[in-house]
Amino acid sequence: MAIDSTPTTPADSRPVVGTRPIDIVVSLMLLGLALVLGWDSWRIGMSWASDGPQAGYFPFYLALMMGAASVYGLVQAWRARAAEDPPFVLRDQFVRVMQVFVPTLAYCFAMQFLGLYVASFLLIAGFMWWTGGIAPWISLLTSFLFTAAMFVTFEIAFNVIMPKGPLEAAFGF
Amino acid sequence: MEAFELLFQGFQVLMTWDKIALMMLGLVLGIFVGVLPGLGGPNGVAILLPLTFSMDPTSAIVMLSCIYWGALFGGAITSILFNIPGEAWSVATTFDGYPMAQQGRAAEALTAAFTSSFVGSLVAVLLITFLSPRIADFALRFGPPEFFSVYLLTFCSFVGLGREARHKIVISMSLGLLLAGIGMDTVSGQLRMTFGSTELLRGVNFLVAVIGLFGISEILLTMEERLALQGHPAHMSLKVVWRVWMSLPRYWWTLLRSAVIGCWLGITPGGAIAASFMSYNLAKRLDKDKDSFGKGRIEGVFAPETAAHAAGTAALLPMLALGIPGSGTAAILLGGLMVWGLNPGPLLFVEHKSFVWGTIASMYLGNIVGLVLVLSTVPVFAAVLRVPFAAIAPMIVVSCAIGAYAVQNAMFDIWLMLGFGVIGYVFKKLGYPLAPLTLALVLGSRTEDAFRLSMIGAEGDLRVFWSNGLVGSITTLALVLLFWPLISQAAGRALGWVRPVRREAEG
Repeated sequence: MAIDSTPTTPADSRPVVGTRPIDIVVSLMLLGLALVLGWDSWRIGMSWASDGPQAGYFPFYLALMMGAASVYGLVQAWRARAAEDPPFVLRDQFVRVMQVFVPTLAYCFAMQFLGLYVASFLLIAGFMWWTGGIAPWISLLTSFLFTAAMFVTFEIAFNVIMPKGPLEAAFGF
Repeated sequence: MEAFELLFQGFQVLMTWDKIALMMLGLVLGIFVGVLPGLGGPNGVAILLPLTFSMDPTSAIVMLSCIYWGALFGGAITSILFNIPGEAWSVATTFDGYPMAQQGRAAEALTAAFTSSFVGSLVAVLLITFLSPRIADFALRFGPPEFFSVYLLTFCSFVGLGREARHKIVISMSLGLLLAGIGMDTVSGQLRMTFGSTELLRGVNFLVAVIGLFGISEILLTMEERLALQGHPAHMSLKVVWRVWMSLPRYWWTLLRSAVIGCWLGITPGGAIAASFMSYNLAKRLDKDKDSFGKGRIEGVFAPETAAHAAGTAALLPMLALGIPGSGTAAILLGGLMVWGLNPGPLLFVEHKSFVWGTIASMYLGNIVGLVLVLSTVPVFAAVLRVPFAAIAPMIVVSCAIGAYAVQNAMFDIWLMLGFGVIGYVFKKLGYPLAPLTLALVLGSRTEDAFRLSMIGAEGDLRVFWSNGLVGSITTLALVLLFWPLISQAAGRALGWVRPVRREAEG
C-alpha cells in the first residue's frame, strides 16, 4: 500500500482503540513502574542518614509521586465516559504507523548482524520501493548514495564508529 | 567597557577560516534540520553532536550553536509555507503566517519571520554580552543550596505554570528524574534501579532519550497523517524584503515587547514555546483590531518569532553561566559542553574566557549570516519538502540510529531510542508533556547531587535553603510557582472574579 502525496482514496476511519483504554493501560504501566522502582529504592535504603539522604531516598519519593499521580490518572481515565471517547488511533493511521515501525524494528535487529550501513541501505531502499511506491532503480540509487555519504562522513571524516558487518569487514574496515 | 573588550577578543578567536566555514556548515545543517519534520531543534542537535567530538570545544560550540540558529530559522519556513510547525515554538507562527501564505503573501511572511527572529536574537545576545561579565562575580556566590534552589524553581515552574493536566506533568517529570537516577549513584557509589543488568549500569543517556522522544516519535506521528505536503510557493524578491524592512520601525513596540518577553522567559525556565504563545496572545489582546489576528496580520508573525528567538538565545545565558538549560536544545548543548570537559558555570567565565566570548561572538555573526543565508535559500529548502516522505522517513530513522549509537557505542541505546520513540508517540497523543521529561533527564543527577551536597554540608538541616537572601528568595519563588494555580484561584476569588488559565489562541 503506497503512500500517496494527495489523499484520493477514502480514509478508513474506524477507530482501532479508544483513548480511554490506552489511558488506563498507560496509567497501569506507570503505576507498575513506580512500584518496581520504588521497591528497588526501598531495598537500597531510602531513609535519612546522619549526613543526609541515603541513595534510595530521592528515587523512592519520586516513585511515590509518580505512583500517586498514576493512580489519580487511572481513576480519572476510569471515570471518563466511554461514550464520548475520542479514538486513540484510526485503522488506516495505525496501518501507516506500523508501516514505519515494523521495518524500523527489523532494522534494529538486522543492524547487529549486517552492520548499520548495510541495514540502512536495505531500510531506505525497501521503504522507498515497497511503502513509497517509488521505482526500484531510484530507490536503490538514492539509498546507496545516502548510505555512502553517511559512511564517508561518520566513519572516515569524523571517526565516529558504527556497528559494522561482514560486508565492511571484507573491505578491511 | 569590559564587555566590549572581551567581545572583541571573542571575535578574534572566531575570525579564522575554519571556524567561519564551520559556522556556514552549521547554519545550513541547522536550517535543513529545522525544515524537516522529525529532525527538529533538540533532536537535530543531538544527532549532530557526535560529529563534534573530534573538534576543539570552541569550534564545536560554534558549529552547534549555528545549527541551533539555523534550526530556529528553518522552523519558520515550514510553519508559513506548509502550516506544519517545524518546532513547538513555531506553532504560534502558523496562526497568521500560513493565512498570509494563502493570501499570496508568503514572501512577506517569511521575511517578517526571519527579520523578527534576527531582531529577537540580537536583543538577547546584547543582553548576554552585557550580563556575562557580571555573571562571573554573581555566580561565584552559588553553592550547592543555591544551585538546588534554581533547579527546584525550574521544576516547580513546569508544574505550576504548565498547561497540561497537572498529574501528567508530575508523571512526566518524576519519570525523567527516575530514569536519570538509573545506574551508579555518584555520591554513594551504589547501583540504583539496575536490577543486575550490565546494560543499565550505563544509565539512560539523555541524548538517546531525546532522539527517541522527539525524532522517532515524530516520524511515527507524521506517518499517521498521510502527509500531503502541498505547500505554497515562495518567490522571494528583494522588493518584498525591502518593503518589509522599511515597515519594521512602525512595529517597534511589538518587536521590543516581544523581545523582552522572550529574554525574560528564556533566562528563566519558561522556554521559547511559552514565549511565542505569550507574545502572540499579548499582541492580539493589546491590538484594537483583535479579530483580524489569525487571518494574516503581520504582527501575528512578528510577535511570536521575535519572542521565540529571543528566548532561544537567552536560554544560553543560564546554560553557560549556571549550567541550567532554559530549553531542550540548550540542554543538549549543555551535555555537549560536559562531554568536551568544560563545566558550565561561573568558573567557565573565569577559566575559559576565550571559549565563552568566542561563543558569544559567534552568536552575533551567526545571526547576521544566518539571516542573509536563509533569505536567499528559502526556495531550496522549501523544495526539500517536496521530496517524498517515503524517502525522508527512513533517512531520518537512520540518522537517529547513528546519533543514538554514537553516544556510548552501545547497541542497547538503539533499543532505548526505539523504546523512547514509542513512549514519545503515546505520550504526545495522550497529552503528557515531553519538556519536563527531557529537562528532568538532563538536570536529574545535577539536581540530586546539589541536594545531597547541600544536606551533607548542612548536616541534614533543610533550613539551609533559606540560609541567605539569594537562596531563600529563589526557594520561596519556587514554592510559590508550584502552588501558583491554587494561589491565583484563591486570589481571583478574593478579588471577585476568577480568570480561567487557558491557552487563548487555540484556533
